[in-house]
Amino acid sequence: MPSEVVISETDQPVVQCDSVYKIFGDNAIRMLQSANGVVDSKSFHEAGCIVGVNNASFEVNTGELLIIMGLSGSGKSTLLRCISRLTEATAGKIFIEGEDILSMSSKQLIELRRNKMGMVFQSFALLPDKTVLENIAFPLQIKGTGTQESIKRAKDMVDLVGLDGRENYFPRQLSGGQQQRVGIARSLAVEPDIWFLDEPFSALDPLIRKEMQDEFLRLQSVLSKTILFVTHDFDEALRLADRIAIMKDGVIEQLDTPANIVLHPATDYVDKFTKEVPRERILRVESIMDPVDPAEDVSDLRISKDAIIGTVAEAVFSAGKPVTVVDKNQTVVGALHASKVVSVLFGSRAEH
Amino acid sequence: MIDAILQNRKLQFVVLLIVFTLLCVIITPSDTNIFWRLPPLIKGLPLAINDSVEYLMSDWFPIDIYDPEIDDYEQKPLLSQITRSLSSVILFLINLIRELLLGGVKTIVTFTGWDWASENTWARWPALPWTVVASGAVILGYALKGLRLAILAGLAFVYIAVFGQWEPSMETLSFVLIAAPVSVFLGLVLGVWAYKSRVVEMVLNPILNVAQTMPHFSYLVPVTVFFGIGDHAGAIATVIFATPPMVRLTLLGLKKVSAEVIEAGMMNGCTERQLLYRVQIPSARRDMLIGVNQVIMQCLAMTVIASFIGAKGLGHNLLLALNQLRIGQALELGICIVLIAVVLDRMSLAWANKQTDYFADLSFVARHKFSLLFLAVFMAGTILAYVGTFLIKEGPNYLYLIPHNKGITTEQFWQAGVDWVWETFFYVLKGFNEWLIKGVLLPIKNAYLGMPIVATFILTMGIAYILGGVRSSLIVGALLLFIALTEWWDRALITAYLMTVGVVVSTVFGVIAGTLCAQNNLATRFMLTVCDTLQTFPSFIYLIPVIMLFGITDTSVLFAVIVYATIPATRYTIEGLRSVPAQLHEAGSMSGVSWLQRWLTIELPLSLPHMMLGINQTVVFALFMVIIAAMIGTDDLGQLILKSLSDRHGVGNGLTLGLCVAFIGLAVDQVIRTWADERKRLLGID
Repeated sequence: MPSEVVISETDQPVVQCDSVYKIFGDNAIRMLQSANGVVDSKSFHEAGCIVGVNNASFEVNTGELLIIMGLSGSGKSTLLRCISRLTEATAGKIFIEGEDILSMSSKQLIELRRNKMGMVFQSFALLPDKTVLENIAFPLQIKGTGTQESIKRAKDMVDLVGLDGRENYFPRQLSGGQQQRVGIARSLAVEPDIWFLDEPFSALDPLIRKEMQDEFLRLQSVLSKTILFVTHDFDEALRLADRIAIMKDGVIEQLDTPANIVLHPATDYVDKFTKEVPRERILRVESIMDPVDPAEDVSDLRISKDAIIGTVAEAVFSAGKPVTVVDKNQTVVGALHASKVVSVLFGSRAEH
Repeated sequence: MIDAILQNRKLQFVVLLIVFTLLCVIITPSDTNIFWRLPPLIKGLPLAINDSVEYLMSDWFPIDIYDPEIDDYEQKPLLSQITRSLSSVILFLINLIRELLLGGVKTIVTFTGWDWASENTWARWPALPWTVVASGAVILGYALKGLRLAILAGLAFVYIAVFGQWEPSMETLSFVLIAAPVSVFLGLVLGVWAYKSRVVEMVLNPILNVAQTMPHFSYLVPVTVFFGIGDHAGAIATVIFATPPMVRLTLLGLKKVSAEVIEAGMMNGCTERQLLYRVQIPSARRDMLIGVNQVIMQCLAMTVIASFIGAKGLGHNLLLALNQLRIGQALELGICIVLIAVVLDRMSLAWANKQTDYFADLSFVARHKFSLLFLAVFMAGTILAYVGTFLIKEGPNYLYLIPHNKGITTEQFWQAGVDWVWETFFYVLKGFNEWLIKGVLLPIKNAYLGMPIVATFILTMGIAYILGGVRSSLIVGALLLFIALTEWWDRALITAYLMTVGVVVSTVFGVIAGTLCAQNNLATRFMLTVCDTLQTFPSFIYLIPVIMLFGITDTSVLFAVIVYATIPATRYTIEGLRSVPAQLHEAGSMSGVSWLQRWLTIELPLSLPHMMLGINQTVVFALFMVIIAAMIGTDDLGQLILKSLSDRHGVGNGLTLGLCVAFIGLAVDQVIRTWADERKRLLGID
């Protein structure tokens, strides 16, 4: 394959949404046309329409983990379902790897789902009559893979999510966390390029949720999928995301990296979420370091620019002097002053 | 004043009762008074049905059929040709299975003709020795589930053989093995269709309602007109009766599949077909299996009734035994039916739950061990049967087939028991019987018959209005109007009277038994198992013990109704009470309620909607039993339906009478269901 093609493929966003609208109701299309793109959910509601997604435009790049965050009724799951075309968007364009998914025939769509997409559901959505192994092998068998091969692959997936020994259990015999492991294994069985997760950990107990998030991060560090992840849990979003899209009433209020959202909330609504967030656990050194000043006396301690502030704070204080910040290649990129760390730890919101 | 009445349901009932009583007093009985009885305006309906059926079968849409006898084409009506071919297909299938089990010549005749078969007397299909069939059942049971099912199957078949009921049992089995799969298949297809299309669902729903409340008997005459008499006709009547619950449960199951599971299927790239066959239907399996179970039960319940139109087997013999009052034999036959029902039920369940082992890497012998084992048993059984011909010189070869009524029998014992009961308790029973009939039943019956029609309508529609609103009231009115316009209003009143007495007593018994059992886990489980088992019994079985005790009287009818209808009342009471959340019990205990207070103030109100659905079932069960009890002798609608069976033009009568019974059931169902749904919504349960 010529190398230019490879480059252009990696440049292309994996998922691209262009002013996507989803409005529920009988005369949704007519209402939308007369609204000229400016949708007011209140006036639509009075007309008997419910606005699910309101003018969403964004891109997701290869290997990126985008989290769509919002409270219930914010339209986050609807947006995800528009992108996977489980729901038909009312207007707008959605491209998957450059292909217009809304104009696909059902045959093309099935091919796309069989080979490129995987999805994890909030209440696990396992087939109740099938064992763990059969559930995981299901997407492969649907594709037409032979029993031998699909079972072998499913067995590998069972090992990957750490359920070995439970292959012949039925979903009802498993705990919630175990069931979701099966859901994850099933969604990964066909080695999809794009991974959709719809509130995958919301139905789990807090401790299990934490464990599953760690598991998820471990998997993602191995697999590096392009991920669209829906959650209502802001902490979860901060913990996992490369970028977060915060939704309210169908509108994306802000789409940015966790650090930027915490440091510069775009709207009052976003600000409310960020208020209670312990910033030292979110922010990385990079976002509070100062440029290198050659005249300054710095300590020998070197810390990575990607380190979470909370994890290095103690070392910075005990160093007594500003600390050198380096990047992956050990190149010096800045200096970190203890005073900045103090203001992150104890500073009031007004400073930012 | 009017406002107060509109606000308060109790006041409404009081006003209704006053109006009802006044009407009863004011209106005088007279044939010409339309307030007393409506003129039978649709008296001609049965005749019209007869005529149209006749037209359909003999004149409608003639087509040319080649007749090899006269070597020419002949005009024959389409419908009769269709039903004739359908009949022969079903008859062929039933005979095929029957002759595999019992031997015979009919299957060979189908392919060669009678002439050939009578010339070549060697061409007879031999029966499987009973030892082979019984061992086959054991192997199948073991292969499907394990040792317990194997033992159950083995005991059942050995019982059947030893008690000399092998032939009728295998006849019944062959009949069920055709009727049940056909019903399941039809139910699945219709259920899926109704799931896919809202229009189909809306059309099917009322049809299913009527079909499930029509008494079994009323299907029989139409079936004989379209399909003639014989095993196939019995099978078709059975299919008609057994399919509706399967449709219902298929639809219910499909509707219950969660949206996320369907989405998961779609995201895995299912085509629409794959989604249906590999996601939706398998996920709805739980409810569908209940459907299969119901189908099997209905099939066995129908064996007795189907024998009215020529189905052979246990049912036929049971009917004969009941007619001759041979209680002991009826009991043994009844047990055979129950055993077949239980074995088939367990086996179908085990088959559906069977798992595949993907890791097993087995040799040919290991993979086919059960087939090989059966082959071995087959050989052994055959040799044994052959040896038997030398060993047993006199009488039948017991190692091959135990002929009908040549096995062990306990009939004498039971007969002696019945005689003893009669001799010992004759005066007590007779006295009780007379007191019940003269002192209780006749007055109630006369009261029912003494109601002017206007009063009846006001009362029923009024209750429907108070409990369910205008719509309910109109539906109930329309259903009753149909009955009122036939010439059988008085008969319907008698049916209603037997049903009401039965339902009231059953409900009292059921609620008491249910409440007592619901107090304790062990008792609950025990009682639910008892209910399960009792529901497996075909309804005819219940007539056996009551005839034993009370002979052929109204009391017998009533007792059969009560015993039969108490089952759903008990079951729903237990289910309702057990579904009250534990937190509410705890909240009650913390407020210091006594046992009675808890039952009255917490459990009863919360479980009442579910219990009312049980009473709904009780009504249907009671109606069925009242109609079946026509066998013993009653003077209600059931008796007329029974008469229409032997009438060549009975189609119209049978169907119209069946509709009357169904409409009584549906009217009650309408009121109770509307009320229960409303109540459940208010309480926020379900």
